[in-house]
Amino acid sequence: MREALTSGVAAATSPALSCEGLCVGYGSRVVLEGISLAIPPASWTSVIGPNGCGKSTLLRALAGLEPARAGAIFLQARRLNAWPRRERARRLAWLSQTAPVTDLTASEVVSLGRFAHSGWLAHRQADDDAAMHRAMTATGSLAWASRRLSTLSGGERQRVHLARVLAVEASVLLLDEPTTHLDPPHQEDVARLLRDQALRCGVSVVSAIHDLSLALTADRVIVLGHSGVVGHGTVREALAGDWLSAAFETRVNIVEHQGVHLWRPALEAPARLSIEP
Amino acid sequence: MSTNRLMAWLLGCVAITLLLTFGSLVIGTSSVETSLGWILSPDAQSSVVLWQIRLPRSVGAWFAGALLGLAGAIAQGVFRNPLAEPYLLGTASGAALGVTIILVAADASIGGLTWASKLGVTGAACLGAGGATLLTISLSRGVLQTRSLLLSGVVVAFLLSAITQLLLLAKPEIWRSMQSFLFGSTGFISWSSAGLLGAVFCLCVVPAALLSRGLDALTLGEDTAQSLGLSLPALRLTLLGIVSLATAAAVGEVGVVGFVGLVAPHLVRETLNVNHRQLLIGAPLCGGALLQAADLASRWLIRPAELPVGAITACLGGSYLVYLLWRRSRNA
Repeated sequence: MREALTSGVAAATSPALSCEGLCVGYGSRVVLEGISLAIPPASWTSVIGPNGCGKSTLLRALAGLEPARAGAIFLQARRLNAWPRRERARRLAWLSQTAPVTDLTASEVVSLGRFAHSGWLAHRQADDDAAMHRAMTATGSLAWASRRLSTLSGGERQRVHLARVLAVEASVLLLDEPTTHLDPPHQEDVARLLRDQALRCGVSVVSAIHDLSLALTADRVIVLGHSGVVGHGTVREALAGDWLSAAFETRVNIVEHQGVHLWRPALEAPARLSIEP
Repeated sequence: MSTNRLMAWLLGCVAITLLLTFGSLVIGTSSVETSLGWILSPDAQSSVVLWQIRLPRSVGAWFAGALLGLAGAIAQGVFRNPLAEPYLLGTASGAALGVTIILVAADASIGGLTWASKLGVTGAACLGAGGATLLTISLSRGVLQTRSLLLSGVVVAFLLSAITQLLLLAKPEIWRSMQSFLFGSTGFISWSSAGLLGAVFCLCVVPAALLSRGLDALTLGEDTAQSLGLSLPALRLTLLGIVSLATAAAVGEVGVVGFVGLVAPHLVRETLNVNHRQLLIGAPLCGGALLQAADLASRWLIRPAELPVGAITACLGGSYLVYLLWRRSRNA
C-alpha cells in the first residue's frame, strides 16, 4: 500500500478527505472555484502557491470553518457537515495561521485539544493525559507546560499550538503555516514530525508552508495558482510538470541535491522588479 | 499556578466576607458598643434590627455583588474583551425603564395600579432587563457577531435611556423614587430578596462553571474554538443568557450598581493566574466582598445618614482601574 501511495496511484484507496467542485468566497469575491481534491490516508501533502491564492481559505473550508457556496467536502466518505460536531473534531484538527496568545498555561491549551474526547467536565482520563504527554514531548514543549502562553516567545507558542493539534490524535491534520516563527532547526523538527505522523501513525497531514525547500520534503503537493488548482500529485510530478512556475507566474528554480529538492533564489535571472542604478 | 495558592486565595476571600458580614452587623445608626451589646445579650427589638434588617442586607449585597462579578467574568470571556461588563447588552437601561414605567403607572393611580403593585419594582426591573437583552440580540440578528452585538447593546441602551428620560420629564415627581434605583441601593434588601438573589446565583454559577472550558477555548479565537468541536452559537447564547439573568436579578434588587462587574474579574486576574473555571469561582467571591464592603462604607461614612452604594462602587472601581492603567504605563 505504501508503494501505491508514494507512486501517486492513491486514487484506488478511499481518500481520508476529499472535495468536489468546492467553491468558497467572501462577499462578492470568489476565492476558490471548482476545486476537486482527494487527500489519501497516511500521506503528507503540502499546499503551495503565491500570496492570496487561497491556501488558507482552502484549509479553512476543508476544516468546515468557511461555508462552501457550491460543492461538497467528504471526511472518510461521509459529508463533512453530516458528522456530529464532536466526532468530526476527533477526526479532523486545524491549526490557524496566527498562534493565538492567551493567559492559559501551555498544558491547559494542549488539554483543550482533548475537548472532543473528554467533553465539558474536563475529567481527564489516562488516555487524555497520555496523548497530551506524547504531543508535548513530540513538539518539545513539555518544558514550559506550566507557563502561561502570553509569557512564551512566538516560536514556543507555535509549538504549544502544534502540540494541541497533535493531542487531538485526529486522522486528518490541516495545518496553516505550522513553521512560522520557528528557527531552521525547529522547522526541520516540525517537518520530521509531520512525516512521522503520516508514515508511522497513518495520519493525513495537509500543510501550507511558505518555505519551498521545506514544503517539497512532503510526499505530495497541491499547487494553487490565482486561477485555481495547477496540479495535485507527487512532488516528482509537480517538478516534472513545472507546476510551481505556472502557479507563481514566474520562473521558480528547484535544484535536486542528493535526493532533496531545494529552492534556489535566481538573482542573476532578469528580475521582475529591477532597481535602477 | 499552584493549588495551594489558589486555596489560600479562596480562603482569604471567605475570611474577608465573614469579617465584612460581622462588620455590617455591628455598624449602623446605633454605636458599635451598643450593637456588640445587642449581639451578646439580645432582646426582641435588637434582634429584629440585627437579624431582620442588617444581616439580610449584608447577605443580599454579597449575592448581588457575586452575580455582577460572575456576569462580568462571563461577559469578558464571551466578548474576549477585558473592558466588557454585565450592562453591555442594555440590561441596566432596560431595568431603569421598567422601573420608571411601574412608578409612572403607580403614581398615575390608573387602572394599571393593581398589576403594577403585584409585579413590584423588582419584577419590573427584571422584565425590563430581559426585554432589553432580547432586543439587543434580535437587533444584531443572533449572537455570532461580536461587533454587531456590542453596537446593538449601545443602541438599545441609548434608546431605552431616552425613553426613561422622556417619562421622567413628563412625570418629574417620580424622580426621587428613581434616584435610589439609578444610583444603586442596598437599603431595601429583605430576607426574601436575599433568598431570591441566592437562588439566582446558584442557578447561574453551576452552568457557568460547567461551560468554563468553552470560555477557555474561546480565548484561542472563535475559529479554533469551533475546530475543537464546540458549538459556538449554543455556547454564546447560553452564556449570554446567564449574563442577562444574573444582571437582571442583581439590578432588580439593588439597582444599577456600576463597576463591580467590571472590576471583580480584573482583581482576580491581577492576583492569580487563572483559567476560566477558577475565574468563574473567584470573580463572584470578589464581587460579593466588594459590594459588601461598599455597602458597609455607604452606611458608615456619613452616619447616621447613608450614601448611595453605587456612588461608592464607582469611586472604588474607578480609582482601581486608574491604578491599573497607571501601573501598566509605568511597567511598559
